[in-house]
Amino acid sequence: MATTLASLPPVTHTDQGWRLFLRTVVARAYPRVVGQMREPMWIFFETFLPFLATCGYVFVYRAIRAPEDFVGFAVMGGAMTAFWLNVMWLMASQLYWEKETGNLALYIMAPNSLMAILLGMAIGGLFATSLRAAVVMILGTWFFHIHFVVSSFAQLFAVFLLTMVALYGLGMMFASLFLLFGREAWQIVMMLQEPVYFLSGFYFPVKSFGFVMAMAASLLPLTLGMDAMRQLVFASGPTLGFLSVPVEVAVLVTLAIAFLVASKLWIDRILQLARHEGTLTDRRR
Amino acid sequence: MTESQAIKTENLGRTYKIRGAKKGNPKELVALSGVNLEVPRGEFFGLLGPNGAGKTTLIKILVTLLAPTTGRAFVAGHDVARQPDAVRPRINMVSGGESSGYGLLTVRENLWMFGQFYGMDNPTTLQRIDRLLEVVGLKDRVNTKTSDLSTGLRQKMNIVRGFLTDPEVIFLDEPTLGLDVSASRDVRRFIRDWVAERPNRTVLLTTHYMAEAEELCDRVAIINAGKVLACDAPATLKKRLQREVIFHLDISPLRNGTLNAFDRLPGVRKVVHTPQDGKSELELILEADDALSGVIGALTSHDAHILNLQKREPTLEDVFVDLVGMSMTEAEKAGG
Repeated sequence: MATTLASLPPVTHTDQGWRLFLRTVVARAYPRVVGQMREPMWIFFETFLPFLATCGYVFVYRAIRAPEDFVGFAVMGGAMTAFWLNVMWLMASQLYWEKETGNLALYIMAPNSLMAILLGMAIGGLFATSLRAAVVMILGTWFFHIHFVVSSFAQLFAVFLLTMVALYGLGMMFASLFLLFGREAWQIVMMLQEPVYFLSGFYFPVKSFGFVMAMAASLLPLTLGMDAMRQLVFASGPTLGFLSVPVEVAVLVTLAIAFLVASKLWIDRILQLARHEGTLTDRRR
Repeated sequence: MTESQAIKTENLGRTYKIRGAKKGNPKELVALSGVNLEVPRGEFFGLLGPNGAGKTTLIKILVTLLAPTTGRAFVAGHDVARQPDAVRPRINMVSGGESSGYGLLTVRENLWMFGQFYGMDNPTTLQRIDRLLEVVGLKDRVNTKTSDLSTGLRQKMNIVRGFLTDPEVIFLDEPTLGLDVSASRDVRRFIRDWVAERPNRTVLLTTHYMAEAEELCDRVAIINAGKVLACDAPATLKKRLQREVIFHLDISPLRNGTLNAFDRLPGVRKVVHTPQDGKSELELILEADDALSGVIGALTSHDAHILNLQKREPTLEDVFVDLVGMSMTEAEKAGG
């Protein structure tokens, strides 16, 4: 430590308001994006393993001579599982892990908004997971010769984006709830994982559930999101679709707004509660 | 609160509800009680006390992480409970043994990320990171993944994180905890240099290392069981014991009942016994030199052999013993 501090550049200006919000979003998204490249094993686990499950469904569909579009449904579902895994393991339970490492205290103590941190985690996770989902989609399409009939790429992209907003909004809401649940967070994630796979219709059209159950399953953004996307990219999609695309889009918009607002309310409430009970940053209490 | 004060607490208290207690019989832990402190801007202030004394609770309240149960606290002129958004841009905190940041990111990337959370622009952030890393001797590790750093190097990175934003008030919670002698010395030197270069910045340091507080702090508050027992400059606190004399004795292991014999001896104010491997250590605070003969007589009558006897100047540890009636280690055991 021979050098002195005299020549240290001063901090003359710091951003506030929306500029600080954006800086925080970008900074918190950064570890997710960079981590993707530095941990290639994650790509294996989150592409190869879902792809194996997808292959299983494809072989079953071909063995029972199901319509060929079902193979495409399964491949799309296989690609989308990466988002659900990301939302549950790296979004919903993230604040709990941040608390355990001590990051949460620093996030709260900084002048930024915790919503910006959550949004950064969501955007970083979405970017990283999109790459994995794309790999599964490309592999599946090439391997099983999937035939797409895309009616509108713009609509498809818009529905995908909307689904992601609603899904990651759900993740943000869960993140604040899991902070409240504490150490049971990972058990809740485990508990939710398989039922959501099933209810979201990852590998089959959700219409098969019947109206009541499909409506209940529609509370999960991936259910209607995937159903709408299938309607937009497969010839038999509209026939096998649960609701019409405009209705599904309307529900997704509602879900997205509801989850984002709920996450903001929950996070404010939990921060207040945790500050008063002393549980915010202390894992021992 | 006046402009010249960096920190002020008024009758500050914090009580935790204990989980698992029966509803009809709720249990509470008083972590802080009636704390009144005033720390002027530019002061290096120490909070000295054993583990569990309430130091970290006090810091958590001051950095807006925890709400006080009673009283008020102000940092940089703002109420921590009512105006946390005004306090946060002006402060930062470094804790000992913290593992903040992400192991996958390099040292520079982690520091950049935390700088962004304070709204710092990129050129200033990166320049300050490079300069601060150079000062703490970590420049050659700037592109090392954080997960590959040793505990000492990681704590140096944490120190840089805390000072990166040039806070008006910085809270250092046991910053040298778990570090080896060399790394601790480096960290202390950095903090001292920072204070010397920026006389208008305020540091609040918590530690249970007496020597660290004595070396760094302008004033220290001695805290135990959630209460501030004394608050003054280290030299002034030690003057409390100027009329007493302090002896350190190494003796053969003590038999049961030997310590009770000291209770009846005239001129013996405090005795702290620390068993060691194959011997015992005694710290004696006596009213005058001539009280020592009584102690030696008592030891001899209990077959204890004196291996080493040393008269020494009072330290903050002695002040703590004088105030609390037991050593810091004993206070930790009693509190735990």
